[in-house]
Amino acid sequence: MSENKKVKKNKSVEIDTSYEPIVHDDKYILEVNKLKKYFPIKAGLLQRTVGHIKAVDGISFKIEQGTTMGLVGESGCGKTTTGRTILRLTEKTSGQVLFKGKEIYDYTKPELQTIRPQIQIIFQDPFSSLSPRLPVREIVGEAVKEHKIVPDNEYYDYLDEIMENCGLQPYHKDRYPHEFSGGQRQRICIARALALNPDFVVCDEPVSALDVSIQAQIINLLMDLQDKYNLTYLFISHDLSVVEHISDTIGVMYLGDMVEFGKKVDIFKNPLHPYTKALFSAIPVPDPTVKIDRIPLEGAIPSPANPPKGCKFHTRCASCMEKCKSITPELREMEPGHFVVCHLYD
Amino acid sequence: MSGDKNMKKTNPNYLSARESRAISRRNRKITREFERQNKRKNVPKREYLTEMKDNNNVVEFDNLNTYFFTDVGTVKAVNGVSFDVPLGKTVGIVGESGCGKSVTSLSLMKLVQRPQGQIVEGEIRFNAGDQVYNIAKTPIKEMYNIRGNNISMIFQEPMTSLNPVFKIGTQVDEVIALHSLDIFDSSDEVKKSSDGKVKMTKEGKSKVKKRTMEMLDLVGIADSEKVYNMYPHELSGGMRQRVMIAMSIACNPRLIIADEPTTALDVTIQAQILDILKELKDKLNSSIMLITHDLGVIAGMADYVVVMYAGRIVEKGTVEEVFKSPSHPYTIGLMAARPGVKKDANRLYSIPGKVPNPVDMPDYCYFRDRCEKRFDACYGEYPGEIQLSPTHFVSCYLYDEGASKNE
Repeated sequence: MSENKKVKKNKSVEIDTSYEPIVHDDKYILEVNKLKKYFPIKAGLLQRTVGHIKAVDGISFKIEQGTTMGLVGESGCGKTTTGRTILRLTEKTSGQVLFKGKEIYDYTKPELQTIRPQIQIIFQDPFSSLSPRLPVREIVGEAVKEHKIVPDNEYYDYLDEIMENCGLQPYHKDRYPHEFSGGQRQRICIARALALNPDFVVCDEPVSALDVSIQAQIINLLMDLQDKYNLTYLFISHDLSVVEHISDTIGVMYLGDMVEFGKKVDIFKNPLHPYTKALFSAIPVPDPTVKIDRIPLEGAIPSPANPPKGCKFHTRCASCMEKCKSITPELREMEPGHFVVCHLYD
Repeated sequence: MSGDKNMKKTNPNYLSARESRAISRRNRKITREFERQNKRKNVPKREYLTEMKDNNNVVEFDNLNTYFFTDVGTVKAVNGVSFDVPLGKTVGIVGESGCGKSVTSLSLMKLVQRPQGQIVEGEIRFNAGDQVYNIAKTPIKEMYNIRGNNISMIFQEPMTSLNPVFKIGTQVDEVIALHSLDIFDSSDEVKKSSDGKVKMTKEGKSKVKKRTMEMLDLVGIADSEKVYNMYPHELSGGMRQRVMIAMSIACNPRLIIADEPTTALDVTIQAQILDILKELKDKLNSSIMLITHDLGVIAGMADYVVVMYAGRIVEKGTVEEVFKSPSHPYTIGLMAARPGVKKDANRLYSIPGKVPNPVDMPDYCYFRDRCEKRFDACYGEYPGEIQLSPTHFVSCYLYDEGASKNE
């Protein structure tokens, strides 16, 4: 009883779960609407919930079939949580995730199993995401067997084909992950994801642990495979030059919010949000004669447990106005398909 | 024995237990000899003091060879590296992982993993102002005075290089108490015991703390009093890296080695940290050896660039020369492989093949098998250094007029 009372007293613990549902459009393979993911902060002897980390705080975007969406932002802004919540690897707090028009969170567990092959993920660190005790054929083939992607008699041919497509040799099948270099491991991770014939792949920083020349190989591989199988990617990365290369649309996240969303060309030619501008100006250019006019971002990212009121970016914004400190800006469309959340454009 | 032969057929790198034992026995003999040299007491100064070739340089690497004697064979991690770090300038070292960038800098600090790792040949001349040390010959005990005081290092991963169980203040204080003896008025204020522990009087402690605060302010930590009493886990990655920088500049070093200082950080934080480094370098008039694989960072920071591949320098020159007219095929490949903002290419260039096995390197150009411009001369021995301009050097037969070109 006393626990309930305490919770009611503390207003910040209550979560606003209301949202307006969207209608499915056949053009899009994935639609995300006001997705929220809060992690409870527990404290005290009874482990009461005293607050929430607002990792993803009501973001919305849509991805068309066969395109790549890049998700950029500083570490801790909720990029990875977004990816994981879409795949239902962590449960959402509120909002909608429509995959091919169906809400992912409406599936029961056995039903979820049946659509899992269609949605896959490639993890960031190829050194910790492969089981050291399994040979490559098990790593790549385990799920193929489980989901019965191909009949048993074609199983080994299928594995060979997938591995060859991902730049691995058939004799690699009997080796263990420790026998491979970083780039090859990432290829195994990609082969594992693609063996299930997915339609949609979340790539969670697939190249940030790799060297420049290996990085180029993996990016080329991902783009080739996209052409071949008409894949859709959600490409999460903090490396803006990689995202610029691979993406068709880009979403910029800051502290759980999507502050800008649009086509790659629009965003790179004409960044609107002050955060996007600052982020782009910080990219080091490999040309010693170019002097960049850097927009400095003062201070660090505020705590997502207690984000600033009004616009979350106002504490670090160079063009902060009075109303930014109290009123939360609304999403507005500046050009067709180019959205920004900022009071500057009211 | 026939079993061994079969294994050899399927795996060329296979070593039998007997071969492996023989190698380790040989290695132990070699490393023991090196260790004996390192641990000698009362080494006469003339053995490790030398002269600089050019007094405007802080460090001169001269044919440095650092090998690792492992149980599968000798890894030549640094294989005949020569370059200079001029006073007050930044030298950037680029290359892929495993190319020997870090081992070069560790050799300079004499921090290579002993006893397997040893400086086998060559000189590292370090100009400490009044004296010039040959680091390769300097005994470990003498290195304690050079490390921190004259050369300091900023490591890649700020979380693992700060001690999690001590407060930030304690850790920075320790550096200052050990090395910056000039801030104390009399020698009573600080006493070093033989086991490396430092004892200070109250006055001494307050002086050290004052200096720590100055350093924390200098690297742009706003709330230095609060940070002084915090533990590393309470700080963000960027703040931790600032603390690392504060520690490394605490004793006004002549040379700062920054080993991938921003690789673990976000772009915006990276920009901040690089600005701080640049500013401090000018303030202290130190030199920086910047090790990174990010060509963008090098272009923005460095005055000179050294490109390394498989333990050797393939190209070196001023930053304009290397970026405007990259000459070695490997440098050209590296530049093309980087996805650039405002670069209109649908496919990224990727260097074919992979780095040769470090245990037995070929005797020809290490890059030959991956090179798209190879020609007859490349099948000879490893190419020498060819001078393109007073400061621009490249190791490639393409620029050797004597080599016959067969296109």
